[in-house]
Amino acid sequence: MNIARTVDVDKVVKAAKSYRGVVHALKYKYLCSKPGQNLIKKWIEEEKIDRIVVAACSPTLHEVTFRGVVEASGINFYACEIANIREQCSWVHEDMEKATKKAIKIVNTAIEKVRLDEALTPISVPVTKRALVIGGGISGIQAALDVANSGYEVVLVEKKSSIGGHMAQLSETFPTLDCSQCILTPRMVEISQHPRVKIRTCSEVTKASGYIGNFKIEVRARPRYINEEVCDGCGECADVCPVEIPNEWEMNLTTKKAISIPFPQAVPLTYEIDMDHCIECYKCVEVCGKRRAINFSQKESYITEEVGAIILATGYDPYSLEKGQEYGYGKNMDVIDGLTFERILSASGPTHGEVRRPSDGKIPKEIVFIQCVRSRNQEKGVPYCSKICCMYTAKHALLYKQKVPNGQAYVFYIDIRAGGKGYEEFVQRTMEEYGAIYLRGRVSKVFKEGDKMIVWGEDTLTSRKVEIAADLVVLATAIVPSQGVRELADSLRLNIDEYGFLSEAHAKLRPVESLTAGYYLAGCAQAPRDIAETVAQASGAASKVIALFSGDFLYKEPTTVTIEEGLCMGCGVCVEICPYDALALNPEKGTVDVIEVLCEGCGACVSSCICRAIQMKNLTDRQIFEMIEVIGRN
Amino acid sequence: MRKKEFDSIDWEPKIIGFLCKWCSYAGADLAGSSRLIYPPSINIIRVPCTSRIKPHFVVKAFATGIDGVLISGCHPGSCHYVNGNYKARRRFSVLRRLIEFMGIDPRRLQMSWVSASEGFKWADVVRKATEEIRQLGPNRLFIEGET
Repeated sequence: MNIARTVDVDKVVKAAKSYRGVVHALKYKYLCSKPGQNLIKKWIEEEKIDRIVVAACSPTLHEVTFRGVVEASGINFYACEIANIREQCSWVHEDMEKATKKAIKIVNTAIEKVRLDEALTPISVPVTKRALVIGGGISGIQAALDVANSGYEVVLVEKKSSIGGHMAQLSETFPTLDCSQCILTPRMVEISQHPRVKIRTCSEVTKASGYIGNFKIEVRARPRYINEEVCDGCGECADVCPVEIPNEWEMNLTTKKAISIPFPQAVPLTYEIDMDHCIECYKCVEVCGKRRAINFSQKESYITEEVGAIILATGYDPYSLEKGQEYGYGKNMDVIDGLTFERILSASGPTHGEVRRPSDGKIPKEIVFIQCVRSRNQEKGVPYCSKICCMYTAKHALLYKQKVPNGQAYVFYIDIRAGGKGYEEFVQRTMEEYGAIYLRGRVSKVFKEGDKMIVWGEDTLTSRKVEIAADLVVLATAIVPSQGVRELADSLRLNIDEYGFLSEAHAKLRPVESLTAGYYLAGCAQAPRDIAETVAQASGAASKVIALFSGDFLYKEPTTVTIEEGLCMGCGVCVEICPYDALALNPEKGTVDVIEVLCEGCGACVSSCICRAIQMKNLTDRQIFEMIEVIGRN
Repeated sequence: MRKKEFDSIDWEPKIIGFLCKWCSYAGADLAGSSRLIYPPSINIIRVPCTSRIKPHFVVKAFATGIDGVLISGCHPGSCHYVNGNYKARRRFSVLRRLIEFMGIDPRRLQMSWVSASEGFKWADVVRKATEEIRQLGPNRLFIEGET
């Protein structure tokens, strides 16, 4: 139907009918529907057809459907090929005559291929029922708990010294104003006490080998110089430590000691020494005394974990603004980003929840929030919408007014995006009950005058220039994939999009799976999203893993390679080339053996063999040659 | 016949695209679902990885009268099979010199990196390759009686 707009289907059918070896060809509107499937069955049974070609949409959509039909009709699963005449023909071409000609060629190549396809049986491999979760923020915690509560072991790897992620830094959450730490920490405690969860902090995944059901993961653990089993988190060491350094976790609003934990509810409650700043005075060792939790000789170590599935919950970072480049951020202490304001609002933060500005501790009477800083900004930032900023800015303005009732909040925005349960109402509440003034327009300049920040902006709804003398300016900066995700994606062979977010297998129908089997996505690793969506997606990813673990065996594509021993001279080039160690020299026979369960079917060995001894099942050189000839023909 | 074909303004070169199924084939599908229009010059053969592509396939294509060959796979560093695209790239650079030695303009053999999310790029790659090969005219090297 949507094919027929640019492809003359009757002509394609006519051409197929006259092609060698074809017994039957027919046009059918919805072949993927039940009657369509039954039709295929009927032919196969009545006319003893032994292989079919379906000319329709891309094989990524219905290949499995039609192969299933074929198998149910009593012939081999692989005796069916899809001719992609929609995504790669009718939808991309306008000239009917040329598109029809091309569609005929596509069908003919599929016929040539299926003619030489052999019957194959999927390879069954056992499943390691143990999951790896990368990232210990709320998405990783949720996913790990769901998998562990279903009875499977989980390894949770976190690069920081504590799990909790950004959620632990937040003050309250929109739209219910729950205290973020109060709802997060019970989950952190639950996971730390879970008998089936092993938490590895200060650790990063460096390498992965294997395939779905059977991965070998190399984890690098950096030394924290404290023995996790011994340290009870008493904190006496930090009391005596003489070195004070900026506290990153508190967004540098305060300092910490060179031996520290990020926050009191850290999991594990184990201190860490920052060796870049430690002066090795050993006062901490002294006070720790007989407990001997501190170990200066700890070294970096590598651990190998065997798992069957991997959930990526790598989260986000706030866009890192260059110093002085945006509204004086970095030059002017009272221009801060949203995450810093969260710490100022937080009861556990450096000001104990009192709104005081960083420069002089003054309570700001006028505060300006600027939305979409580097988001939706093709030239200087990222073109996408960071999704959470509209809501957290509304929350910021509301909380500020609760704490400073005689203060005034101004919000510069482009549009308000408040799609979510109770979100729009929340923004309205901020405006109406709390009197936040929303100004639609961009800010052109922020500069210092005395102890005020002068904000020049525009209200596009009234077309007037606006000048506000603010005490504090809060920038809702874009969120970007967390640092190191590109390298991680490279080492795990995962696709990322142009911004560095991990790509899902299908935008609509497979949003929690990666295209690479065995990898699942949760939270901001895939795209910006809020906590509720993150948790939902994490549970979605976990349920995929649980489904995978529910069987004892997995079935692998049998499209592996075979070696014709008579032709193999045992040179071993293919053994070197195979990235999976699936080929091995057999010294007795002087030829190469294929270890089928390890073969992933890339075909690199096939094209490296100068003896033509290696062939790929159902994609042999001969099949490709036949296809080339079809395309070359007029 | 071939001469006439070339003279007509809408002579469309015949191009074979060898696309890896993880990145470029999916990118070509995305170009389709995004309804991006490009010339019908290309016919695609789906391979698991660009490293599956033997030099023979390319030579065979030219011998069959194909005017251009386009190899397309995952971006460097994001090969589904660890490093197959690097193997393909090395093979490609040698092969380009070989076909030049055989008397085929090396521009007839092209290679691109198109990921599964780059529907736009795919459409663009085909448009450009088609234009470049259209300028070169039909591949006559293997036609009897012509030298």
